[in-house]
Amino acid sequence: MTESSQTTESSFRQTPLTQWHIARGARLAEFAGYQMPIQYSSIVPEHLATRTGAGLFDISHMARLRLEGPRSGLLLDHLLTRRVTDLQVGQVRYSLMCNAEGGILDDVLVSYLESPSGQQYHLLVVNAGNHAKISKWLQPHLADYPDVACHDVTASTAMIALQGPKAVEIIQRLFPENPGRMPRLKYYRATVALQMGKPAIVSRTGYTGEDGFEIIVRAEDAVRVWENLLMAGREFGIEPVGLGARDTLRLEAGMPLYGHELSEQIDPITAGLSFAVNFKDRSFIGDEALLAKSQQKPLVQRVGLKLTGRRAAREGATVLDTDNREIGQVTSGTFSPTLQTPIAMAYISAEMAKVGTAVVVDIRGSKADAEIVALPFYKANAQ
Amino acid sequence: MNPENLKYNESHEWVGLTSENGQQVAVVGITDFAIQQLTDLVYMELPKIGAQVVQGQQFGEVESVKAVSPLYSPVTGKVVAVHSELADQLEGLASDPYDNGWLIKVEMAAGATIDNLLDYAAYQKQCAS
Repeated sequence: MTESSQTTESSFRQTPLTQWHIARGARLAEFAGYQMPIQYSSIVPEHLATRTGAGLFDISHMARLRLEGPRSGLLLDHLLTRRVTDLQVGQVRYSLMCNAEGGILDDVLVSYLESPSGQQYHLLVVNAGNHAKISKWLQPHLADYPDVACHDVTASTAMIALQGPKAVEIIQRLFPENPGRMPRLKYYRATVALQMGKPAIVSRTGYTGEDGFEIIVRAEDAVRVWENLLMAGREFGIEPVGLGARDTLRLEAGMPLYGHELSEQIDPITAGLSFAVNFKDRSFIGDEALLAKSQQKPLVQRVGLKLTGRRAAREGATVLDTDNREIGQVTSGTFSPTLQTPIAMAYISAEMAKVGTAVVVDIRGSKADAEIVALPFYKANAQ
Repeated sequence: MNPENLKYNESHEWVGLTSENGQQVAVVGITDFAIQQLTDLVYMELPKIGAQVVQGQQFGEVESVKAVSPLYSPVTGKVVAVHSELADQLEGLASDPYDNGWLIKVEMAAGATIDNLLDYAAYQKQCAS
């Protein structure tokens, strides 16, 4: 057995909550250049707390870019696979950023918000691992739109996800002067609010398949808000949740993760994200390549796999048909804490991608029977 | 088995010598510390009876929700018993890693030794560092 080394001091970047995680005894590891909590207790109890009560996640490593100026929407429209200019204040949209070949540079959330002073702006939330790449990608486009300013607010803010069936009851306690406000916030809506007199951006979004919220606060307010949420959630069984369970939760929810299901070698059509590509009456970087893709039959497709036995198929495992022919590869896999069975996502030949097809997964030389199943693996009751 | 009388791999497997039916056997398991580090165990792949194991070489693997870790044999010889029921009782392994948590029993090859492994004090020191 080999054990991963554990350090509490390192040259990696910290979030405004890293010292809290260390004090709490979390197991930390480097992720996208940040020192992040992998688990506080362990993955399974943190995962189940999120499914049954609430989980609290430090996602401050995600990059936050604020685009201001009258043409910020037009600029983003040119860069993103979905229209942005039609967003109403308070709307959030999932989209992809592609290169000219249609390869996925990142998957992002765009919110259209209004500051307390009445200024409207777009907030782009980018994967931590793509922070530098996307900042660089934006540069020449920003130069074409001199009236648009891009402020990287990642370091000056923190981002906290509150996820789970009890999230709505917990968050309202943080806004006692208007407890009905956050429960009224609809799915994929966001609002700028004052929390204890300090600015907070609250959106009804998440990456777990549960109801929940993502909250952006100033870095100096992060620990207070985090602890207030833990306190408010105590009676609902809230737990701080590390990146380990964040991964098992998103996998059960069938959500792709950049670097696994998504990359510059994969286009949104192949990834099963056609809903996030809009061609009508607009042009954007990669549109021609993607239009061509969308008119062809795809060669490979992203699918869900349910395996027999207890061994998980991990990234890179080969998927075979029942005649032992290679048909694809696993991109993420784990033992599902909710379903108590191994699950995986994979790219496989389109003709083999039909739900119900029996396949075989080669797990380090031993074969496990598997079945192609519909995504997501898990769906929350009330959403 | 009393952990103080066992020998240890740096990779957290333990081995203890005992006598069964007048035969000396080496009992192999993984340490409490390892189980605490791994967390959320879901599966264990163990060799079959009769398989040869070699000191320092992989003889199986243990899988948690998070990852798969190889198991390295602390001893050279032939597997004479396998704790196959353990696969369904991985939760119980944590409570009793040194007795009911044994993984395999090995009939040591002629000339094989465990004297080169860490003793309890040295292993404790490694875990504390």
